[in-house]
Amino acid sequence: MSIKGKACIVGAYEHPTRKAPDKSVAQLHAEVAKGALEDAGLTRGDIDGYFCAGDAPGLGPMSMIDYMGLKVRHVDSTDTGGSSYLIHVAHAAEAIALGKCNVALVTLAGRPRSEGSSGTQPRSWGANLPDAPFEAPYGIVTANSYAMVAARHMHEYGTTSEQLAWVKVAASHHAQHNPHAMLREVVTVKEVLDSPVIADPLHRMDCCVVSDGGGAVIVARTEIAKSLKRPVVKLLGAGEAPKGQAGGKLSLTTSGAAWSGAAAFEEAGVKPADIQYASIYDSFTITVVVQIEDLGFCKKGEGGKFVADGNLISGTGKLPFNTDGGGLCNNHPANRGGMTKIIEAVRQLRGEAHPQVQVKNCGLALAQGTGGQLGARHTSATLIMERA
Amino acid sequence: MRKIPAPSVNPENKPYFDAASAGKLLVKFCGACEEYHHYPRSICPFCFSDRTEWRAAKGAGTVYTCSVLRRGVPEPYCIAYVTLEEGVSMLTNIVDCDLDAVKIGMKVKVVFKPSDGGPPVPMFTPA
Repeated sequence: MSIKGKACIVGAYEHPTRKAPDKSVAQLHAEVAKGALEDAGLTRGDIDGYFCAGDAPGLGPMSMIDYMGLKVRHVDSTDTGGSSYLIHVAHAAEAIALGKCNVALVTLAGRPRSEGSSGTQPRSWGANLPDAPFEAPYGIVTANSYAMVAARHMHEYGTTSEQLAWVKVAASHHAQHNPHAMLREVVTVKEVLDSPVIADPLHRMDCCVVSDGGGAVIVARTEIAKSLKRPVVKLLGAGEAPKGQAGGKLSLTTSGAAWSGAAAFEEAGVKPADIQYASIYDSFTITVVVQIEDLGFCKKGEGGKFVADGNLISGTGKLPFNTDGGGLCNNHPANRGGMTKIIEAVRQLRGEAHPQVQVKNCGLALAQGTGGQLGARHTSATLIMERA
Repeated sequence: MRKIPAPSVNPENKPYFDAASAGKLLVKFCGACEEYHHYPRSICPFCFSDRTEWRAAKGAGTVYTCSVLRRGVPEPYCIAYVTLEEGVSMLTNIVDCDLDAVKIGMKVKVVFKPSDGGPPVPMFTPA
Protein backbone atom coordinates (compact mmCIF):
# COMPACT_ATOMS: atom_id res chain seq x y z
CA MET A 1 0.00 0.00 0.00
CA SER A 2 1.22 3.47 -0.85
CA ILE A 3 0.20 6.96 0.27
CA LYS A 4 0.51 8.12 -3.33
CA GLY A 5 -2.48 10.25 -4.23
CA LYS A 6 -4.43 9.26 -1.09
CA ALA A 7 -4.01 12.50 0.83
CA CYS A 8 -3.39 16.19 0.25
CA ILE A 9 -2.13 19.17 2.21
CA VAL A 10 -5.22 21.37 2.36
CA GLY A 11 -4.19 23.95 4.91
CA ALA A 12 -0.89 25.64 5.78
CA TYR A 13 -0.10 28.52 8.09
CA GLU A 14 3.12 30.05 9.35
CA HIS A 15 2.87 32.27 12.42
CA PRO A 16 4.10 35.77 11.56
CA THR A 17 5.80 36.27 14.93
CA ARG A 18 9.55 35.83 15.32
CA LYS A 19 9.62 36.94 18.98
CA ALA A 20 6.70 36.18 21.25
CA PRO A 21 7.54 37.02 24.87
CA ASP A 22 3.87 37.87 25.46
CA LYS A 23 2.43 34.54 24.33
CA SER A 24 2.46 31.01 25.76
CA VAL A 25 3.67 28.01 23.75
CA ALA A 26 0.23 26.37 23.94
CA GLN A 27 -1.33 29.59 22.67
CA LEU A 28 1.05 29.62 19.69
CA HIS A 29 0.07 26.01 18.87
CA ALA A 30 -3.61 26.97 18.95
CA GLU A 31 -3.03 30.12 16.88
CA VAL A 32 -1.28 28.19 14.10
CA ALA A 33 -4.00 25.53 14.19
CA LYS A 34 -6.62 28.25 13.76
CA GLY A 35 -4.61 29.81 10.94
CA ALA A 36 -4.30 26.52 9.06
CA LEU A 37 -8.04 25.79 9.45
CA GLU A 38 -8.92 29.22 8.06
CA ASP A 39 -6.46 28.71 5.19
CA ALA A 40 -8.10 25.37 4.36
CA GLY A 41 -11.66 26.57 4.76
CA LEU A 42 -12.32 23.93 7.40
CA THR A 43 -13.52 24.14 10.99
CA ARG A 44 -12.15 22.63 14.17
CA GLY A 45 -14.90 20.03 14.17
CA ASP A 46 -13.59 18.62 10.90
CA ILE A 47 -10.33 17.53 12.55
CA ASP A 48 -10.29 13.85 13.52
CA GLY A 49 -6.52 13.28 13.74
CA TYR A 50 -3.86 15.24 15.66
CA PHE A 51 -0.09 15.10 15.27
CA CYS A 52 2.58 16.89 17.29
CA ALA A 53 6.14 16.40 18.57
CA GLY A 54 8.17 17.32 21.64
CA ASP A 55 7.68 21.06 21.22
CA ALA A 56 4.01 20.59 22.18
CA PRO A 57 3.71 21.00 25.95
CA GLY A 58 2.53 17.94 27.85
CA LEU A 59 2.68 14.20 27.52
CA GLY A 60 2.53 13.46 23.80
CA PRO A 61 -0.55 15.02 22.22
CA MET A 62 -2.78 14.96 25.29
CA SER A 63 -2.45 18.45 26.74
CA MET A 64 -2.77 20.19 23.38
CA ILE A 65 -5.81 18.10 22.39
CA ASP A 66 -7.45 19.08 25.67
CA TYR A 67 -6.35 22.74 25.39
CA MET A 68 -7.72 23.10 21.86
CA GLY A 69 -10.87 21.10 22.56
CA LEU A 70 -10.20 18.66 19.72
CA LYS A 71 -12.23 15.50 19.26
CA VAL A 72 -9.97 13.08 17.41
CA ARG A 73 -9.83 9.34 16.76
CA HIS A 74 -6.18 9.14 15.71
CA VAL A 75 -3.03 10.57 17.34
CA ASP A 76 0.71 10.40 16.67
CA SER A 77 3.46 12.17 18.60
CA THR A 78 6.49 10.77 16.80
CA ASP A 79 9.44 12.97 17.77
CA THR A 80 12.52 13.06 15.56
CA GLY A 81 13.35 16.68 16.32
CA GLY A 82 13.07 19.13 13.46
CA SER A 83 12.10 16.49 10.90
CA SER A 84 9.08 15.32 12.96
CA TYR A 85 6.52 17.33 10.99
CA LEU A 86 7.44 15.82 7.63
CA ILE A 87 7.03 12.41 9.22
CA HIS A 88 3.71 13.55 10.70
CA VAL A 89 2.44 14.48 7.25
CA ALA A 90 3.51 11.08 5.92
CA HIS A 91 1.96 9.25 8.88
CA ALA A 92 -1.22 11.29 8.51
CA ALA A 93 -1.40 10.24 4.86
CA GLU A 94 -0.92 6.60 5.93
CA ALA A 95 -3.67 6.92 8.54
CA ILE A 96 -5.98 8.50 5.95
CA ALA A 97 -5.18 5.74 3.46
CA LEU A 98 -6.11 3.18 6.13
CA GLY A 99 -9.32 4.99 7.03
CA LYS A 100 -8.13 5.88 10.54
CA CYS A 101 -8.89 9.57 10.05
CA ASN A 102 -9.97 12.02 7.35
CA VAL A 103 -8.59 15.41 8.39
CA ALA A 104 -5.32 15.55 10.33
CA LEU A 105 -3.90 18.61 12.05
CA VAL A 106 -0.12 18.93 12.60
CA THR A 107 1.17 21.76 14.80
CA LEU A 108 4.57 23.12 15.80
CA ALA A 109 5.34 26.10 18.02
CA GLY A 110 7.94 27.34 20.45
CA ARG A 111 9.70 30.31 21.97
CA PRO A 112 13.42 29.49 22.06
CA ARG A 113 14.34 33.12 21.28
CA SER A 114 12.35 34.50 24.20
CA GLU A 115 13.69 31.73 26.38
CA GLY A 116 17.32 32.53 25.53
CA SER A 117 18.20 29.35 23.62
CA SER A 118 21.34 29.16 21.48
CA GLY A 119 23.21 26.61 19.42
CA THR A 120 26.27 26.80 21.64
CA GLN A 121 24.43 25.63 24.77
CA PRO A 122 24.57 22.03 25.95
CA ARG A 123 21.21 20.33 25.61
CA SER A 124 19.51 18.65 28.54
CA TRP A 125 20.35 14.97 28.71
CA GLY A 126 17.96 12.42 30.16
CA ALA A 127 19.38 10.37 33.03
CA ASN A 128 18.97 7.08 31.17
CA LEU A 129 20.28 8.09 27.74
CA PRO A 130 22.80 5.39 26.83
CA ASP A 131 24.95 7.73 24.73
CA ALA A 132 25.05 10.71 27.11
CA PRO A 133 27.86 9.48 29.41
CA PHE A 134 30.09 9.18 26.32
CA GLU A 135 29.16 12.56 24.85
CA ALA A 136 28.04 15.09 27.47
CA PRO A 137 31.51 15.37 29.09
CA TYR A 138 32.96 16.55 25.79
CA GLY A 139 30.68 19.55 25.33
CA ILE A 140 28.85 18.53 22.18
CA VAL A 141 26.38 21.27 21.25
CA THR A 142 24.43 21.89 18.05
CA ALA A 143 27.06 24.16 16.49
CA ASN A 144 30.17 22.01 17.01
CA SER A 145 28.27 18.85 16.09
CA TYR A 146 27.45 20.19 12.61
CA ALA A 147 30.88 21.83 12.40
CA MET A 148 32.49 18.39 12.68
CA VAL A 149 30.42 17.27 9.70
CA ALA A 150 31.57 20.32 7.73
CA ALA A 151 35.21 19.73 8.64
CA ARG A 152 35.04 16.11 7.53
CA HIS A 153 33.17 17.00 4.31
CA MET A 154 35.90 19.53 3.49
CA HIS A 155 38.56 16.92 4.23
CA GLU A 156 36.99 14.17 2.13
CA TYR A 157 35.69 16.20 -0.81
CA GLY A 158 37.53 19.51 -0.83
CA THR A 159 34.38 21.48 -0.03
CA THR A 160 35.24 25.10 0.81
CA SER A 161 33.90 27.76 3.17
CA GLU A 162 33.13 29.88 0.08
CA GLN A 163 30.88 27.12 -1.28
CA LEU A 164 29.07 26.78 2.05
CA ALA A 165 28.62 30.56 2.13
CA TRP A 166 26.69 30.40 -1.15
CA VAL A 167 23.89 28.55 0.66
CA LYS A 168 23.44 31.53 2.99
CA VAL A 169 23.78 34.00 0.14
CA ALA A 170 20.96 32.25 -1.77
CA ALA A 171 18.74 32.16 1.33
CA SER A 172 19.31 35.89 1.87
CA HIS A 173 18.35 36.66 -1.74
CA HIS A 174 15.00 35.02 -1.01
CA ALA A 175 14.52 36.47 2.47
CA GLN A 176 14.67 40.06 1.21
CA HIS A 177 11.18 39.51 -0.20
CA ASN A 178 9.72 38.04 2.99
CA PRO A 179 8.38 40.79 5.28
CA HIS A 180 8.31 38.36 8.23
CA ALA A 181 11.91 37.11 7.83
CA MET A 182 14.22 37.76 10.77
CA LEU A 183 17.17 38.61 8.50
CA ARG A 184 16.15 40.38 5.28
CA GLU A 185 19.47 41.85 4.21
CA VAL A 186 21.10 40.35 1.13
CA VAL A 187 24.61 39.16 2.06
CA THR A 188 27.69 38.30 0.03
CA VAL A 189 30.08 35.37 0.25
CA LYS A 190 32.68 37.73 1.71
CA GLU A 191 30.26 38.88 4.42
CA VAL A 192 29.60 35.27 5.42
CA LEU A 193 33.33 34.54 5.58
CA ASP A 194 33.95 37.75 7.54
CA SER A 195 31.33 36.87 10.16
CA PRO A 196 32.86 35.46 13.36
CA VAL A 197 33.77 31.79 13.50
CA ILE A 198 31.39 30.02 15.90
CA ALA A 199 32.80 26.49 15.60
CA ASP A 200 35.50 25.84 12.97
CA PRO A 201 34.81 25.87 10.06
CA LEU A 202 31.32 27.36 10.53
CA HIS A 203 30.82 31.11 10.75
CA ARG A 204 27.92 32.88 12.39
CA MET A 205 26.23 33.27 8.99
CA ASP A 206 26.54 29.53 8.36
CA CYS A 207 24.12 29.05 11.28
CA CYS A 208 20.33 29.35 11.27
CA VAL A 209 18.46 31.90 13.34
CA VAL A 210 16.90 31.24 16.73
CA SER A 211 13.30 32.39 16.53
CA ASP A 212 9.94 32.09 18.21
CA GLY A 213 6.86 31.16 16.25
CA GLY A 214 5.34 28.10 14.72
CA GLY A 215 3.32 26.65 11.93
CA ALA A 216 0.61 24.13 11.14
CA VAL A 217 -0.56 22.06 8.22
CA ILE A 218 -3.75 20.13 7.63
CA VAL A 219 -3.67 16.85 5.72
CA ALA A 220 -6.96 15.54 4.32
CA ARG A 221 -8.35 12.74 2.22
CA THR A 222 -8.07 13.62 -1.48
CA GLU A 223 -11.87 13.66 -1.98
CA ILE A 224 -12.15 16.27 0.81
CA ALA A 225 -9.28 18.28 -0.68
CA LYS A 226 -11.07 18.44 -4.02
CA SER A 227 -14.23 19.79 -2.34
CA LEU A 228 -12.31 22.77 -0.87
CA LYS A 229 -11.60 26.05 -2.63
CA ARG A 230 -7.79 25.94 -2.33
CA PRO A 231 -5.36 24.54 -4.92
CA VAL A 232 -4.86 20.81 -4.35
CA VAL A 233 -1.39 19.77 -3.14
CA LYS A 234 -1.21 16.01 -3.43
CA LEU A 235 1.27 13.81 -1.52
CA LEU A 236 3.15 11.49 -3.84
CA GLY A 237 5.81 9.88 -1.70
CA ALA A 238 7.56 9.94 1.64
CA GLY A 239 10.54 8.46 3.40
CA GLU A 240 12.02 8.48 6.89
CA ALA A 241 15.49 7.30 7.93
CA PRO A 242 17.29 7.48 11.27
CA LYS A 243 21.09 7.39 11.20
CA GLY A 244 23.52 7.39 14.10
CA GLN A 245 27.09 6.57 15.00
CA ALA A 246 26.69 2.95 13.91
CA GLY A 247 28.48 1.45 16.89
CA GLY A 248 31.54 3.57 16.16
CA LYS A 249 31.82 2.72 12.45
CA LEU A 250 31.27 6.37 11.80
CA SER A 251 30.50 8.11 8.54
CA LEU A 252 29.51 11.72 9.13
CA THR A 253 29.36 12.91 5.52
CA THR A 254 26.26 10.92 4.55
CA SER A 255 22.86 11.69 6.05
CA GLY A 256 19.70 9.63 6.33
CA ALA A 257 18.45 11.58 3.30
CA ALA A 258 20.23 8.96 1.18
CA TRP A 259 17.56 6.49 2.32
CA SER A 260 14.54 8.72 3.05
CA GLY A 261 15.02 10.44 -0.31
CA ALA A 262 15.38 7.20 -2.24
CA ALA A 263 12.21 5.83 -0.61
CA ALA A 264 10.24 8.99 -1.37
CA PHE A 265 11.39 9.15 -5.00
CA GLU A 266 10.52 5.50 -5.50
CA GLU A 267 7.05 5.88 -4.02
CA ALA A 268 6.39 9.06 -5.98
CA GLY A 269 7.73 7.57 -9.21
CA VAL A 270 9.78 10.68 -10.01
CA LYS A 271 13.49 11.55 -10.21
CA PRO A 272 15.52 14.34 -8.58
CA ALA A 273 15.78 16.06 -11.98
CA ASP A 274 11.95 16.34 -12.07
CA ILE A 275 11.81 18.45 -8.87
CA GLN A 276 11.08 22.12 -9.59
CA TYR A 277 11.38 23.45 -6.04
CA ALA A 278 13.04 22.02 -2.92
CA SER A 279 12.74 22.99 0.73
CA ILE A 280 15.96 21.71 2.26
CA TYR A 281 16.50 21.76 6.01
CA ASP A 282 19.07 24.46 6.69
CA SER A 283 20.06 24.36 10.34
CA PHE A 284 23.52 25.13 8.97
CA THR A 285 24.85 25.65 5.46
CA ILE A 286 26.60 22.25 5.58
CA THR A 287 23.25 20.56 6.33
CA VAL A 288 22.00 21.71 2.92
CA VAL A 289 25.08 20.53 1.03
CA VAL A 290 25.00 17.04 2.55
CA GLN A 291 21.26 16.58 1.95
CA ILE A 292 21.42 17.85 -1.65
CA GLU A 293 24.02 15.18 -2.38
CA ASP A 294 22.14 12.44 -0.54
CA LEU A 295 18.85 13.27 -2.28
CA GLY A 296 20.61 12.78 -5.60
CA PHE A 297 20.53 16.35 -6.93
CA CYS A 298 24.27 15.87 -7.54
CA LYS A 299 26.91 13.23 -6.92
CA LYS A 300 28.27 12.60 -3.42
CA GLY A 301 31.03 15.08 -2.71
CA GLU A 302 29.91 17.55 -5.38
CA GLY A 303 27.40 19.43 -3.20
CA GLY A 304 29.80 22.30 -2.62
CA LYS A 305 30.22 22.90 -6.34
CA PHE A 306 26.47 22.42 -6.88
CA VAL A 307 25.39 25.15 -4.43
CA ALA A 308 28.01 27.69 -5.54
CA ASP A 309 27.46 30.67 -7.82
CA GLY A 310 23.79 31.14 -6.99
CA ASN A 311 22.57 27.75 -8.13
CA LEU A 312 19.98 27.69 -5.31
CA ILE A 313 18.56 31.15 -6.10
CA SER A 314 15.05 31.15 -7.55
CA GLY A 315 14.96 32.49 -11.08
CA THR A 316 18.66 32.02 -11.81
CA GLY A 317 19.74 28.72 -10.25
CA LYS A 318 18.92 25.17 -11.26
CA LEU A 319 17.44 24.19 -7.89
CA PRO A 320 15.41 26.99 -6.26
CA PHE A 321 15.45 26.27 -2.52
CA ASN A 322 13.96 27.76 0.65
CA THR A 323 12.29 30.69 -1.07
CA ASP A 324 10.99 32.01 2.26
CA GLY A 325 14.58 32.57 3.41
CA GLY A 326 14.68 29.26 5.26
CA GLY A 327 16.09 28.70 8.70
CA LEU A 328 19.18 30.66 7.76
CA CYS A 329 17.26 33.93 7.32
CA ASN A 330 13.53 33.59 7.92
CA ASN A 331 12.50 31.44 10.83
CA HIS A 332 13.44 28.34 12.85
CA PRO A 333 10.56 28.13 15.32
CA ALA A 334 11.10 25.89 18.37
CA ASN A 335 14.58 25.14 16.93
CA ARG A 336 12.73 22.76 14.62
CA GLY A 337 12.66 23.71 10.96
CA GLY A 338 10.65 20.92 9.36
CA MET A 339 7.25 22.59 9.47
CA THR A 340 8.36 25.74 7.66
CA LYS A 341 9.95 23.52 5.00
CA ILE A 342 6.56 21.97 4.26
CA ILE A 343 4.74 25.30 4.32
CA GLU A 344 7.00 26.99 1.74
CA ALA A 345 6.75 23.95 -0.56
CA VAL A 346 2.94 24.22 -0.32
CA ARG A 347 3.12 27.95 -1.14
CA GLN A 348 5.23 27.18 -4.21
CA LEU A 349 2.85 24.48 -5.45
CA ARG A 350 -0.14 26.76 -4.92
CA GLY A 351 1.64 29.57 -6.76
CA GLU A 352 1.44 31.66 -3.60
CA ALA A 353 5.12 32.26 -2.88
CA HIS A 354 6.32 35.86 -3.21
CA PRO A 355 6.19 36.80 -6.92
CA GLN A 356 9.94 37.55 -6.89
CA VAL A 357 10.75 33.97 -5.84
CA GLN A 358 7.79 32.00 -7.20
CA VAL A 359 8.93 29.14 -9.44
CA LYS A 360 7.02 29.32 -12.76
CA ASN A 361 4.35 26.63 -13.10
CA CYS A 362 5.66 24.83 -10.05
CA GLY A 363 4.09 21.39 -10.27
CA LEU A 364 6.46 19.16 -8.31
CA ALA A 365 8.19 19.98 -5.03
CA LEU A 366 10.21 18.25 -2.37
CA ALA A 367 10.56 19.00 1.34
CA GLN A 368 13.50 17.58 3.25
CA GLY A 369 14.09 17.58 7.01
CA THR A 370 16.90 16.59 9.33
CA GLY A 371 16.13 16.30 13.04
CA GLY A 372 18.61 15.82 15.85
CA GLN A 373 22.28 16.29 15.01
CA LEU A 374 24.11 15.24 11.86
CA GLY A 375 27.24 15.00 14.01
CA ALA A 376 25.74 12.43 16.38
CA ARG A 377 22.28 10.98 15.68
CA HIS A 378 19.63 12.34 13.36
CA THR A 379 16.53 11.35 11.44
CA SER A 380 15.95 12.42 7.85
CA ALA A 381 12.49 12.75 6.37
CA THR A 382 11.49 13.48 2.79
CA LEU A 383 8.15 14.45 1.25
CA ILE A 384 7.36 14.76 -2.44
CA MET A 385 4.25 16.70 -3.42
CA GLU A 386 2.55 17.75 -6.63
CA ARG A 387 0.08 20.35 -7.70
CA ALA A 388 -2.91 18.32 -8.81
CA MET B 1 40.29 24.45 31.67
CA ARG B 2 36.51 24.23 31.36
CA LYS B 3 34.50 22.19 33.85
CA ILE B 4 33.92 18.74 32.38
CA PRO B 5 30.34 17.55 33.09
CA ALA B 6 30.42 14.27 35.00
CA PRO B 7 29.27 11.25 32.99
CA SER B 8 26.24 9.50 34.46
CA VAL B 9 27.51 6.11 35.55
CA ASN B 10 25.09 3.18 35.41
CA PRO B 11 25.47 -0.59 35.96
CA GLU B 12 26.10 -1.19 32.24
CA ASN B 13 28.85 1.39 31.77
CA LYS B 14 30.45 1.24 35.24
CA PRO B 15 33.42 -0.97 34.22
CA TYR B 16 34.36 1.60 31.57
CA PHE B 17 34.46 4.45 34.06
CA ASP B 18 36.09 2.32 36.78
CA ALA B 19 38.86 1.58 34.28
CA ALA B 20 39.08 5.28 33.41
CA SER B 21 39.63 5.97 37.11
CA ALA B 22 42.60 3.58 36.90
CA GLY B 23 43.90 5.34 33.76
CA LYS B 24 42.80 2.63 31.33
CA LEU B 25 40.66 2.94 28.20
CA LEU B 26 38.34 0.01 27.60
CA VAL B 27 36.49 -0.85 24.42
CA LYS B 28 33.78 -3.45 23.91
CA PHE B 29 34.47 -6.49 21.72
CA CYS B 30 31.88 -9.01 20.54
CA GLY B 31 32.88 -12.66 20.79
CA ALA B 32 30.25 -13.68 18.26
CA CYS B 33 30.97 -11.33 15.33
CA GLU B 34 34.49 -10.37 16.48
CA GLU B 35 33.88 -6.66 16.02
CA TYR B 36 34.72 -3.82 18.37
CA HIS B 37 32.06 -1.22 19.03
CA HIS B 38 31.74 2.11 20.83
CA TYR B 39 30.00 3.47 22.90
CA PRO B 40 29.93 0.21 24.85
CA ARG B 41 26.75 -1.88 25.00
CA SER B 42 26.00 -5.17 26.76
CA ILE B 43 24.44 -6.41 23.51
CA CYS B 44 26.41 -6.03 20.28
CA PRO B 45 24.92 -3.35 17.97
CA PHE B 46 26.17 -5.26 14.91
CA CYS B 47 24.99 -8.84 15.50
CA PHE B 48 22.82 -8.47 18.64
CA SER B 49 24.79 -11.12 20.50
CA ASP B 50 25.16 -10.80 24.27
CA ARG B 51 28.67 -12.27 24.13
CA THR B 52 30.32 -8.86 24.48
CA GLU B 53 33.44 -8.38 26.59
CA TRP B 54 35.64 -5.52 27.73
CA ARG B 55 39.06 -5.25 26.09
CA ALA B 56 41.89 -2.87 26.91
CA ALA B 57 42.31 -0.41 24.04
CA LYS B 58 45.80 0.58 22.94
CA GLY B 59 44.85 4.18 23.61
CA ALA B 60 46.11 5.35 20.24
CA GLY B 61 44.11 6.75 17.37
CA THR B 62 43.68 9.26 14.57
CA VAL B 63 41.54 12.39 14.45
CA TYR B 64 38.52 11.61 12.20
CA THR B 65 37.10 15.13 12.50
CA CYS B 66 37.40 18.07 14.88
CA SER B 67 36.07 21.56 15.61
CA VAL B 68 37.03 24.30 18.05
CA LEU B 69 33.98 25.96 19.59
CA ARG B 70 34.89 29.64 19.92
CA ARG B 71 31.70 31.51 20.81
CA GLY B 72 29.19 31.27 23.62
CA VAL B 73 31.64 29.46 25.90
CA PRO B 74 34.04 30.81 28.55
CA GLU B 75 37.04 29.46 26.64
CA PRO B 76 37.44 27.62 23.34
CA TYR B 77 37.67 23.83 23.36
CA CYS B 78 38.23 21.23 20.67
CA ILE B 79 35.66 18.51 20.13
CA ALA B 80 36.61 15.57 17.92
CA TYR B 81 35.87 12.06 16.86
CA VAL B 82 39.00 9.93 17.20
CA THR B 83 39.23 6.60 15.37
CA LEU B 84 40.96 4.15 17.67
CA GLU B 85 43.46 1.61 16.37
CA GLU B 86 40.75 -0.93 17.20
CA GLY B 87 38.69 0.60 14.36
CA VAL B 88 35.92 2.40 16.20
CA SER B 89 35.45 6.15 16.47
CA MET B 90 34.68 7.88 19.77
CA LEU B 91 33.56 11.39 20.61
CA THR B 92 36.19 13.17 22.69
CA ASN B 93 38.18 16.36 23.21
CA ILE B 94 41.69 17.08 22.01
CA VAL B 95 43.57 18.73 24.87
CA ASP B 96 46.98 19.92 26.11
CA CYS B 97 48.05 21.36 22.77
CA ASP B 98 47.62 24.31 20.41
CA LEU B 99 43.97 23.85 19.42
CA ASP B 100 44.53 25.64 16.08
CA ALA B 101 47.09 22.98 15.15
CA VAL B 102 44.67 20.04 15.56
CA LYS B 103 43.98 18.54 12.14
CA ILE B 104 42.08 15.60 10.70
CA GLY B 105 44.46 12.66 10.35
CA MET B 106 46.60 13.71 13.32
CA LYS B 107 47.89 10.82 15.46
CA VAL B 108 46.73 11.12 19.07
CA LYS B 109 47.03 9.22 22.35
CA VAL B 110 44.68 8.95 25.29
CA VAL B 111 44.92 11.03 28.46
CA PHE B 112 42.44 11.12 31.32
CA LYS B 113 40.92 14.34 32.64
CA PRO B 114 38.95 14.80 35.85
CA SER B 115 35.25 15.49 35.52
CA ASP B 116 33.22 17.74 37.78
CA GLY B 117 32.24 15.39 40.59
CA GLY B 118 32.45 12.14 38.62
CA PRO B 119 35.04 9.73 37.28
CA PRO B 120 37.77 10.94 34.90
CA VAL B 121 37.01 10.74 31.19
CA PRO B 122 39.28 9.79 28.28
CA MET B 123 40.51 12.61 26.06
CA PHE B 124 43.31 12.74 23.51
CA THR B 125 46.47 14.71 22.92
CA PRO B 126 48.88 14.70 19.95
CA ALA B 127 51.01 11.53 20.01
